[in-house]
Amino acid sequence: MASYDYDDSRANYDDPRHAPVSSPAGQDIGYDPNFVPDSVKSFVVHLYRHIREKNVYETHQMYETSFQSLSDRLFKDTPWPSVDAVAHFVDNDHVFCLLYREMWFRHLYARLSPTLKQRIDSWDNYCSLFQVVLHGVVNMQLPNQWLWDMVDEFVYQFQSFCQYRAKMKNKTEQEIALLRQFDQAWNVYGVLNYLQAFVEKSSIIHILEEEKEGLEQFTATDGYDYSGGSSNVLKVLGYFSMVGLLRVHCLLGDYHTGLKCLLPIDISQQGVFTSVIGSHITTIYHYGFANLMLRRYVDAIHEFNRILLYIYKTKQYHQKSPQYEQILKKNEQMYALLAICVSLCPQVKLVDETVNSQLREKYGEKMIRMQRYDEEAFAIYDELFSYACPKFITPSAPSFEEPLVNYNQDAYRLQLKLFLYEVKQQQLLSGVRTFLKVYSTISLGQLAIYMEVDESTLRTILLTYKHKTHAVDSVGKIMSNADVDFYIDDDIIHVVESKPVNRYGDFFLRQIVKLEGMINDLDRVKLD
Amino acid sequence: MGRELQKQPQQEMASAVEQLLAVNPYNPDILPDLENYVNEQVSSETYSLDANLCLLRLYQFEPERMSTQIVARILVKALMAMPAPDFSLCLFLIPERVQMEDQFKTLIILSHYLETGKFRQFWDEAAKNRHIVEAVPGFEQAIQAYAVHVLSLTYQKVPRSVLAEAINIEGLSLDKFLEHQVANSGWILEKGGKGQLIVIPPNEFNHPELKKKSSDSIPLDHITRIFPILG
Repeated sequence: MASYDYDDSRANYDDPRHAPVSSPAGQDIGYDPNFVPDSVKSFVVHLYRHIREKNVYETHQMYETSFQSLSDRLFKDTPWPSVDAVAHFVDNDHVFCLLYREMWFRHLYARLSPTLKQRIDSWDNYCSLFQVVLHGVVNMQLPNQWLWDMVDEFVYQFQSFCQYRAKMKNKTEQEIALLRQFDQAWNVYGVLNYLQAFVEKSSIIHILEEEKEGLEQFTATDGYDYSGGSSNVLKVLGYFSMVGLLRVHCLLGDYHTGLKCLLPIDISQQGVFTSVIGSHITTIYHYGFANLMLRRYVDAIHEFNRILLYIYKTKQYHQKSPQYEQILKKNEQMYALLAICVSLCPQVKLVDETVNSQLREKYGEKMIRMQRYDEEAFAIYDELFSYACPKFITPSAPSFEEPLVNYNQDAYRLQLKLFLYEVKQQQLLSGVRTFLKVYSTISLGQLAIYMEVDESTLRTILLTYKHKTHAVDSVGKIMSNADVDFYIDDDIIHVVESKPVNRYGDFFLRQIVKLEGMINDLDRVKLD
Repeated sequence: MGRELQKQPQQEMASAVEQLLAVNPYNPDILPDLENYVNEQVSSETYSLDANLCLLRLYQFEPERMSTQIVARILVKALMAMPAPDFSLCLFLIPERVQMEDQFKTLIILSHYLETGKFRQFWDEAAKNRHIVEAVPGFEQAIQAYAVHVLSLTYQKVPRSVLAEAINIEGLSLDKFLEHQVANSGWILEKGGKGQLIVIPPNEFNHPELKKKSSDSIPLDHITRIFPILG
């Protein structure tokens, strides 16, 4: 469904010409919002019935497949019929109409370019829908895919609104008047508080804790709730909202808080977040990016490696999915981020062979140049970062005072600048590394001569090496990211090469669980 | 006795703010409380990164409410939290035009010296900007602790002169400092070829052979996954 970019790639930073050029939606000649083709009528009637009957499978089919094919066939460049035109086919059901409009706007955002009025209306629709869910009057079972898309789209539209609002230069008077009048629409407090409210109201953190003790089932049923008349909607929205919060905080440049929001989810294990490919990728992409910015390169490399391997092995199954293009795009971006991580922290042993060969194919030549730490190398760091970073936003409202200025790139420029600053602080480390690799012991004086610096400068470089390769984790513990380590005894450097750590234990655990699953599957097979 | 009485309201404030953060972190109304809490952290020599990031976030949402004086205090406290990356974490949230102000430029330079192990330059620069760093009690000690931290990642035996430069203490004061470390942190003083050597107690970073083999252990919650199967 969500056939737009997870982040707003349509408005490319480097090239303003990438901005959408199609005419404002809903004004195309020939679009009649009240005309409902028979196939649409049948679609809403069936979808409504499946939801009422809590038939998650059929609901998912209609949502994922039928909506997409109808969109391709009938609504390639026009919106779907208005909600008013379809309401009487579905008993004017309030919640269904809200869901329909949510899809209506999502389709509009994906294929056309929304007007300011439509952006505001979409915000209002989310507010109404979320109020209904938060007040617990929903008793549906909706597919995880749909619930994920809801959170994902909500954050996407927020980000898109911030980008749109920050381009003040060519706003019409009417647009400015609307922005002033509806200053609560897509307000950052509102967005964060809805996500936070889902997390709290759903008690999802508590549920996940209980699950660890074996007192509750959530992951095992993929978040669905088959007991009696209950609904999975609030719980799963609460769960995905933690990922939503991670993403919003990354867009704001608050990586520490973002990771904190994700903490209740154990990303080293399978979970509901892995049940939807879009959610899986979004989670790991932002987790990895935040860790990169926190200098926890080993954590970032680990998770990028895992998901890139997973995508490599499974992407064929997603070829027909509407998310396929997005999967490929994020896949490429994560290779770029991995190239950055591995250049700053050459722990190639942590990268799987398959992923590594892909990485070399895509970035091998650039990575060699990145090691040089000259102007050209910084230009490559800049290029890869700009290509792969989230689309940062400035959350505050514009000043509305003349002269109107664009500030849509401010947040991105700041993050880029600080990142490159970090790279520059590390520029001498790759030189030290090269020498450390070929000696087991060497005197400070000798190494200083080789590196063409004086001894006291060399001492500062070695301290920098130690500091930059020893990250502080979330609980304040020091972790070594060093591939080559050393210690100094008076003025002799002793080099210690780190050995690869094989996690056999985890491997066996995974295989045991897998085997058990297979045996269970076999048990269920009935032979005639 | 007197000190304990004084401590009471501080702890109350800390737990009240933690409560606010837990209940409603995205609430513009808590901004004044968070600002007071920054001042409280300065005077009571305590620290809460979460509270300070929350405040910087609120400033980011409503830049017109920003107090640069408070921001400067947060940044000095973040420097004192080295080796944690708190200083960068704060900068990520502070608009570039604010970072252009002189006091912030100075702090960014100070951070750069610490990040790149240039302690001599750091202490020189800090001496030129006493008004910024002396406003926060415990600053010197915190940076010295960071210097000792990096040195103990790096050295098994460190020459006295290198230590002196890193922590900016010399002569008799240094003797006193060493005496304290010998008594409390297991440092040993040794006579070296060119002068005194300080033996820093072994840790897994300056004695890599002490590193615990993490591959040998599996956390319990990973094993719990197979409990139902084993049962």
